[in-house]
Amino acid sequence: MSEATQVVEQVKEKKSEPLLSKKNRALVSNPLDLDNPITVQVLGICSALAVTTQLKPAFVMTLGLTVVTASSNVAISLMRNTIPSRIRIIVQLAVVSLWVIMVDQLLKAYVYDVSKQLSVFVGLIITNCIVMGRLEAFAMGNKPWPSLLDGIGNGIGYGLILMTLALFRELFGAGSIWGYKIFAAVGIPYQGNGLMLLPAGACILLGIIIWVQRAINGYRESH
Amino acid sequence: MENIINIGIRSIFIENMIFAYFLGMCSFLAISRKVKTAFGLGIAVVFVIGITVPINFLIQNYVLVPGSLAFLGPEFAGIDLGFLQFIVFISVIAAFVQLTEMAVEKFSPALYGTLGIFLPLIAVNCSVLGAALFMVGRPYNLVEATTFGIGSGIGWMLAIVALAGVREKMKYSNVPAPLRGLGITFILVGLMSLGFLSFLGFSL
Repeated sequence: MSEATQVVEQVKEKKSEPLLSKKNRALVSNPLDLDNPITVQVLGICSALAVTTQLKPAFVMTLGLTVVTASSNVAISLMRNTIPSRIRIIVQLAVVSLWVIMVDQLLKAYVYDVSKQLSVFVGLIITNCIVMGRLEAFAMGNKPWPSLLDGIGNGIGYGLILMTLALFRELFGAGSIWGYKIFAAVGIPYQGNGLMLLPAGACILLGIIIWVQRAINGYRESH
Repeated sequence: MENIINIGIRSIFIENMIFAYFLGMCSFLAISRKVKTAFGLGIAVVFVIGITVPINFLIQNYVLVPGSLAFLGPEFAGIDLGFLQFIVFISVIAAFVQLTEMAVEKFSPALYGTLGIFLPLIAVNCSVLGAALFMVGRPYNLVEATTFGIGSGIGWMLAIVALAGVREKMKYSNVPAPLRGLGITFILVGLMSLGFLSFLGFSL
C-alpha cells in the first residue's frame, strides 16, 4: 500500500462520524427546549391552538406530525441536489401530501375508529408549517441521517408544548384529563371555564407557558 | 352591489381570519415586529388570496364538482373528482406563492431579505387554504368569491399591521425579561381577539 492511499483512507475515517455523535444528539435534544418549534421558531401555531382542547387529539396529532416531518425530511434530503430551487415549494408540498396520505391510509387500515375520529386533524398536517419550515431550513442543506434526527426532534418538541397546553385546557375547560372527569371523581363540583376552550384563552395560556419555559432555560429576546 | 359590500365588510371585520378563526398565525406572529415589513407581507398575502380564491372557485365549479365535466361530452357527466380538492387547491396556491416570491425578489430585494423563510411559507399559511375551503362551503358566485378572497386578505393585513403597531410601542414598556418577544405577543393577541369578539354580534 503506497503512502498516498493510506492518507486518503485516514481522511475517509476522519470524515465518517458515529451515528449518535454529540452533534447528532443535539439535533434531537435542541428542539425539545432551546430551539423548540413552537416557542422559539414560531412554527405550527395554528394547529397548536386548534387541536389542544383535549389531550387525545393532541397526542395523535403529535404522532402523525413526527412521522410526517421525519419521513419527508429524509425524502427531501435525498433529493436535495436534484430539486431546482425555483419550483422547490411545489415539490416539497407534493412529498408532504404523499406522506400525509400514507399516514392517513395506515390509520384507516389498522385503527379505523381513531382514524374516523381524527380524519380532519390528519389532513391538517399538510398545512402545518413545521413540516415545510424544517424542509426549507434543514433538509434542503443536510444529509438524510441528520435530517431524520432533526425531524424526530422537532416532532417531539412540538408534542411537548401541545400536550402541556392540552393538559391545562382540558383540565380547566372541561374539568377532565384524557376524558376522565377528574374533579367529579374527587368530589369537587367544577364549572368548566369557557374562556379556556376559546382560541383567545389558548393564546394567553401559551404566552404563560413561554414565560415559564424561558424563566427556566434562560432564553431571552431583546424585544 | 349591496350584497358585495356586505361580504367585503363581513370578511374583513366580523369573520377576521386571525381573530375569529385563528388561521395564518405563524407568519402573523413572526413578521409583526415592524409595521413596514408587516405591511409588505400583508400586501403579498392579499395578492395571493385575492388571486387563488377565484382560480380555485373556477376549478371547483368547472372541474371538481360531480357532473361539472359534462361540457366535454355526455360520457364525462358521471365523473366526481371531489377527492382531488386538497391537492389541487394546494398546488394552485404553491404555484402562486412561487410566482410572488420571484416578483418580490426582483422588485424589492430588501423586503425579500427581511421576510426570509416566511415568504415561501405563505403556501402553508392556513388562511390561504382556509379561505379557499370556506369559499367552497358557501353559495358564492365568481364576483362574490373574489370579494371574499380580497376581504379575507385585507382582514389578515389589518390584523398584522395592528399587532405590529402595538409591538413597536411595547419597546417603551417594562416587560419581564422572560416574557419579552413571543410571550407577551401571545398575550396581546389573546386580548385583541377578545376585543374582536364584539364584532360577532353584528348582523349585516
